Parts: sequence; structure tokens; C-alpha cells
Amino acid sequence: MTLALRNPDISRRHFMVGAAGLTFAVASGLRAGAAARSNVAISPWVTIATDDTVAIMSPAAEMGQGSLTSLPLILAEELDADWGKVHVVVAPPNDELYKNPQFGYMYTAGSNAVTAYFKELRQFGAQVRKVLLASAASHWNVPVAELATEPNVVVHAKSGRRLTYGEIAAFAEVPAKAPDVAESELKSPEKFRLIGHDVVRVDMPGKINGTAQYAIDVQVPGMLYGAILRAPVEGAQPDKIDDGKAKAIAGVVRIVSLPYGVGVIAETPWAAFGAKDALNVSWTRSGKAWGFDSEKALPAFDAAARDLSRQTKVWGKKGDALAALQTAATTVEAAYRNDLVYHAQMEPLNAVASVAPDGQTCELWSGVQSKTIAVTVAASALNIPPGRIVYHDMLMGGGFGRRGHRDEEYVHDAVVLSNVVHKPVKLMWTREDDVHNGRFNPLSAHYLRAGFDPSGKLIAFQHRKACDEVTAFQDPVRFARQKGRDGIAFNGVDAPYYDIPNRLGEGVPQESGLRTSSLRGIAHLTNVFAIESFMDELARKRGVDPAAFRRDLVKDNARAVAIIDAVKRMADWGKKRDASALGIAYMNYSGTQIALVAEASVDRASGTVRVPNIWVALDPGITVQPNNILAQTESSIIYGTGFALFERITTEDGIVQQSGFYDYHVPRMNDVPQTHIELIATNNHPTGVGQMATPLVAPAIANAVHEFTGVRLRETPMTPDRVKKALG
Amino acid sequence: MATTFEINGKAAHSEAPGATPLLWVIREELKLTGTKFGCGTGLCGACMVHVDGKRAFSCLTQVGEVAGKRVTTIEGLSADASHPVQKAWLAEKVPQCGYCQSGQIMSAADLLAHNPRPERAQIVEHMSTNICRCGTYPRIVRAIERAAKEA
Repeated sequence: MTLALRNPDISRRHFMVGAAGLTFAVASGLRAGAAARSNVAISPWVTIATDDTVAIMSPAAEMGQGSLTSLPLILAEELDADWGKVHVVVAPPNDELYKNPQFGYMYTAGSNAVTAYFKELRQFGAQVRKVLLASAASHWNVPVAELATEPNVVVHAKSGRRLTYGEIAAFAEVPAKAPDVAESELKSPEKFRLIGHDVVRVDMPGKINGTAQYAIDVQVPGMLYGAILRAPVEGAQPDKIDDGKAKAIAGVVRIVSLPYGVGVIAETPWAAFGAKDALNVSWTRSGKAWGFDSEKALPAFDAAARDLSRQTKVWGKKGDALAALQTAATTVEAAYRNDLVYHAQMEPLNAVASVAPDGQTCELWSGVQSKTIAVTVAASALNIPPGRIVYHDMLMGGGFGRRGHRDEEYVHDAVVLSNVVHKPVKLMWTREDDVHNGRFNPLSAHYLRAGFDPSGKLIAFQHRKACDEVTAFQDPVRFARQKGRDGIAFNGVDAPYYDIPNRLGEGVPQESGLRTSSLRGIAHLTNVFAIESFMDELARKRGVDPAAFRRDLVKDNARAVAIIDAVKRMADWGKKRDASALGIAYMNYSGTQIALVAEASVDRASGTVRVPNIWVALDPGITVQPNNILAQTESSIIYGTGFALFERITTEDGIVQQSGFYDYHVPRMNDVPQTHIELIATNNHPTGVGQMATPLVAPAIANAVHEFTGVRLRETPMTPDRVKKALG
Repeated sequence: MATTFEINGKAAHSEAPGATPLLWVIREELKLTGTKFGCGTGLCGACMVHVDGKRAFSCLTQVGEVAGKRVTTIEGLSADASHPVQKAWLAEKVPQCGYCQSGQIMSAADLLAHNPRPERAQIVEHMSTNICRCGTYPRIVRAIERAAKEA
């Protein structure tokens, strides 16, 4: 298998099959022909060439999670393609053809690519296979029922005849309408040759020899370099700009005043960055976040969460939690807090744009979670139709939610600067820019209450989360479409996977004016810290083993019970440790069952929490690429470890106080636990694997710390200062 | 002031001012983009190269400092990804987003060049200069152990 980041060379006879129908695409001979056919009203997912290669479109964005490989592999499975002959082709921006079925546009987020595209891709693969079989049947004049496929070959066992897919492509008759494929005609899971069997990710070789191409690597002849000083607070504008020193730097081409900052265009990156640093800009006090001090705000958020008279947005409810709390024999309450968190994707945000001299067309290179949004951003910046943007999709050096915003501001920056000089511009943010212009997982305060009946049964659960409405900032279009429901902030606040007769999850919207974003773990990152810490407190209150307490609340869900039992066995849950203790957390993350045990100890003198081991058991249904699921889970655990122990952004007067890896601590190799993972495959529809362990790490550590010290840590990150203070 | 040096076995020269970070010369003048920009402050290791056979943060190394020296980037580590570290990286399926991996591989190759049989603790100490936000650390350790065994 290979990876083609551009459309394959369509130089021989091909046929294409797509969602809307099956159509002969290219007669023969010409590359120009392929281009000419690109506006044919079909949705090509598969191209089979007469040399027996099979090109399959991959519709998702690749940011490290592996769907560039997993998605075409699902189609190849039903097509019965020889994976060694498959070329993976990155699908062009086209929502109509390649939209994520759950989002309705090309958007890769929420660990849902495999879940969302699974059914559709199997259908497309099966349709193409059916056409190949029918073509071979007619060619040999035998009943189609006598035919079978082996990888890339149609076989007629009776006569011993064989035709490769490439041979069939030379004469195939493609019907006007795609054949129907019944569910029963799809492979049963025990017949899978590719799904559940690891292949080498198509992007892997290039990431080992240095040839993998990210937007920051793009080289265009005559290219200039852009840097940008953005306003420290969202909504602020440059007031006075002193660019005297900046202009004096050799190689500086232009200083550009923009509504939200000051851009620099230069002949070299070092001149661009030097000039940006030499700018002296004062800012208007427009924008809401001025004056916002994150440390001082948390108590106010906490008070808002606790203020039961306050208007809330109900996220989810079952029964009548408030009434049940009134009548409960015992009630328990607790509160938790979380600081702002930075994505810290390794590739500082950047894009390359080349606007034509007349400003009417633009070539764009970027790595984004939604390429159709990137195209829209570029087109609206230039006030031209989206069709005039020639888009090149690049690998992403990490995403984690940062590249899934409606305004894709770094794409905008590149286009705007290129439009000033009408030359190609590589716009790069420095690491400091990336932190200062960060869009963070929001500050949150959580207030939870629970009620038990006289027999000790948990009958009521209420969780109120005070935080900014993230979707309102990240994606106002989606926010409006969802009528103000903010899943990025509040999803799962009601712990819907626990069998509690009365549940209420509420958002208490705050308006800090800060730039906020989804981050790995999304709403669950902070919600689950609160919920799973609270569950531990409830179990202890009741004198019940915390694992048994959770197991009882999911006892009707056999998959959940199985993974809780598995992680207990892995961690030797019942065994007392002398110098450490264990804590557990569980969740049902969009259908993926996952439980995590952390082993932790505390150095009382320094307040340092040590986490030598983490065990995870997960059941995501059908495991499309098991080794990659393990990799994603290792990754999720380590990301969660940073959130739990180190990562903290603060603001003063609305301005971000951190600047880089010297004052924002992301996990290094000497910071991380040993990870132990058990992947339990079941024949359920596959669900997400990209971030499922992340939200469980902090509560499991806090629960282990409680077991070890008797002290409850209620705030992330659990920094030494906070731990020492809690220990008293 | 041109600086003359050797990169991946070939003569190279740069017209950039001597104080220019080697990283930008490698990436934007010489177009060897396997070496990455991550932080510009020597704290993430995405820019790691070898200078005269020892690892160096190319973001902190000024181009003037490498005059007359040998610089090796990921592109020059081997012609065909056949360096034992690269082979081990593939066998252990290390990369995810991949952005830091050139730097990780250059750091690992430097470790094994100077300590062919590192203990796990030595691997962790040496490699903690390099950040991987995808958290591929468990696989990096395994890959280095494998490369040490198979080299």
C-alpha cells in the first residue's frame, strides 16, 4: 500500500464507483481526461486501474490518530482488495461527497471518524465488488452466484478461471445505478482479513525518514515568510503601532496593520520573527476578557455552580433529581475545579497561501480538522467563491481540537498576508504565539450532589458545571444550529451511563471572554474528573469498595462490567501496596467502555504525586486496527497525565501568562507512568479510540492519592503546591 | 558572510547572517524539511540534528557555529531508512502525528552511538530532552531497546 497526497495518475482505463452511482470515469490515455471528468456528478471513492492498483479515497484529516489508514481499509475489506495494491488518496474538500455522516461536513473530531464512516465505507466497498462480480459473470457468461473473490481477484472455481480486478477494469460494464447491498451480503466479522488485522499505517514510513509533509514544510518558489502579532485579548485592536525598529531589520518587506493584530512579511523566517519581536504595539481595551484573572475567577465560578437559584441550561436529565434530593435519607455534596489547558500540538500553527495578483484565486496549503472550513475561510477572506481556492491538504503535527475552529485563524492570517503582496507566503506562529494566541480548555467549577435512600441505594445525582460556552466561541455556526446546546462544554455532565433513577446535569454558563476550545477528552476531560472523584467519595461514604460501587451502577451493561473486572484483574486491585495505592475510574465514552486504574504515591515533603503505573481495559466494539488502538490509548493516558499533574494556563488582566515549554509543562518521558492496556474486541459497531482514556487519568490519580493519604484533591492540575496545601 | 559546512555528506553554504539559527537554514535555505521547528528554545527536540557526530538542537545552534563542521539531519541518517533506529521505529510502529519523530530518531541514534547498550533509565534520561505530545514514549523506549539488540 502507498500513500498519495495528490490524486493518483489516472493514465489508463479506470472505472470509478461512488455513493451516488457507478460511472465509467476515464476512457483511456490521458491525465487531462481525469481532470476534465473531475466535475462529473459522481462521488468517486474507488478507482481501479488496469495495472490492478486500487485507489481509495480517505475522507478524514490525519493528525496522528490513524484514520488515514483505517477508513480506506474498511472499504478495502468489503471490496476484497489486496491491501498491497491499494493507494490511499486524500479526499479533496467536498462536503457533499465526503462529509462525515455524523457532522454533515468534512470534519475530523470527537474520535468519531471510524464510527461515523464505518457503515457507509463497507457499503461502497461491497458495491464495487458486486460490480466486479457482475462484469466477470457477464464476461465469462456464467451465473454470478458461481463466482467468489480473493484479494483483487474474481474466481470461477468450477472452471478454474481467474480475473484480476485490473483485468476486469479493462472491460467492466458499470451500471447507471449503484447496486443495492443488503446488510446480510456484507462480510461477517469472522471473515475479515483486514479489519482487526494490523497493517502498517500509510503515513508511517514518511514519519520515519523525514519525508512526511506538513504545511510548515511546504516550499513554493518565490515564497515570502509571514509572522503575526495578534492581540493579547480577543476583540482588542492595535491602537498605536511603532514599527520603526521592525522596518529597519534587513529582509523585512512589509508591516501590515490588521483589525486583530500586526502582520510582518519578510524574505526569511528569521527576519519575520525578528521584526515581529521588534514591534511595539499598544492595544485598545475593546474585547471582553480584559481584567479577567483566572485565579480570582475560579471562586466566582464555584459560587455560580453552587448557587441553586441561578438559571442553568439543562444538559441531560432523568426522573426528578431535585425532588429525590429533598426526600433522600442522606445527601452528599462536593466541588471540583479545573484550570485552563493548552493543546501544545507539536507543530506551531501555520499555513501557506498563494494569492494570485488579481486576488481572484488562491492556492492554500494547511493542516486542519475541517478542510472545507479552511477553504471557506480563505474564500471569504478574499471575497471570492470557494471554487477558486486550490486546496492542498497536509498532515497535521497534532490537532487535539485546536484545528477545528470555524475561523481557522492561522489559515486566515496566511491568506490575508499573501493577498497584501500577491506572492506566496508561509505564515508561521512561533511557540510563544501558539501559547499566547491559544484557545484553551475552559476554566471550570463543578458542584455535585447525591442522595441515598434509607437502604443505601443511590437515588439522586446532580452535577452543575460553571464554565464558558465553548461552542459559542469555537464554532458559532454549530452553536446556532444546535440552538445554544454546548456539547463541547457540557456533554456527559449528567453521567448518563450510570444507572441512577434521578439524574440532572446542568450547565451554568460563564462569560469570561477568553478564547476557548475543545481539547482532547472534550467536555469529559473536566466532567469526568468531577464525576469519578465524586463516585469515589460516595463509595467511601457508603463504605463500599470504589470498584464494586461503580460495577453495581452499571450491572445491567455486560460490556461495562467486563472491562471493570478486567482492569481490576490487571492491576491486582485487591492487593494492598506498602508505598503506593490504587484508584479507579470508569466511563462510557461515546459507546466505548473504558476503565482505568492508577497507582500513585505522594512525596509529602515536596507535594509531588508519583504515578508509576496505569492500567486500562477498553472495549470499543470491532477493533479496526488493534495495534493503533493500543497506540492511541497509550497516547490518551499520557495526555491525561499532563492534564492531571502539570498543565496549567493562567490569565491576568485577560492576558495569557505562559509562553512556551519553559513555563508550560507537558509530559516528558521521565514524567509518565508505565502503561498496561488490555483491548477487548467485541462484535459491536466500532466506537472511538482517540482520546477515551484521557478523562479517566486525573480522577483515578486523585482517587489513588486519597487511598494513599486520606486527603481529597479537588483541583487540576494536582501540582506540588496544591498537594502540599491539601495535605496541610 | 557565507558559512560553509557539510550537510549529509555534501558541501553546503549559507548566505544567512552568522547568528541565524541553523534550523532555519536547514529547512528554508537547504529545503531539508525533515528537521522540525517546535519551540525555538531547545526545549522540545523536534529540531535535533547531529553536529560532528553529536546531537544538537538546531534551533539553538547558530549557523556560524557550524562553519567547517559536519551536520547530519534525518535525511542523512540513512539513505533508505535502514539505520537500526529507523528500522526499530517501524517495527514498533512508533509515530502518530509524526512531527517530533525526526528529532526523536536523531536523539536515539546519538544515544546508541555513544552507549550501544543503554539501561532503561539511561534511555529515559537521554530522551527526556524530546517532547512527543502524542505520548509515543512507551514505543520509543521499546524501539531503542530493539535497536540496541538488533544493531
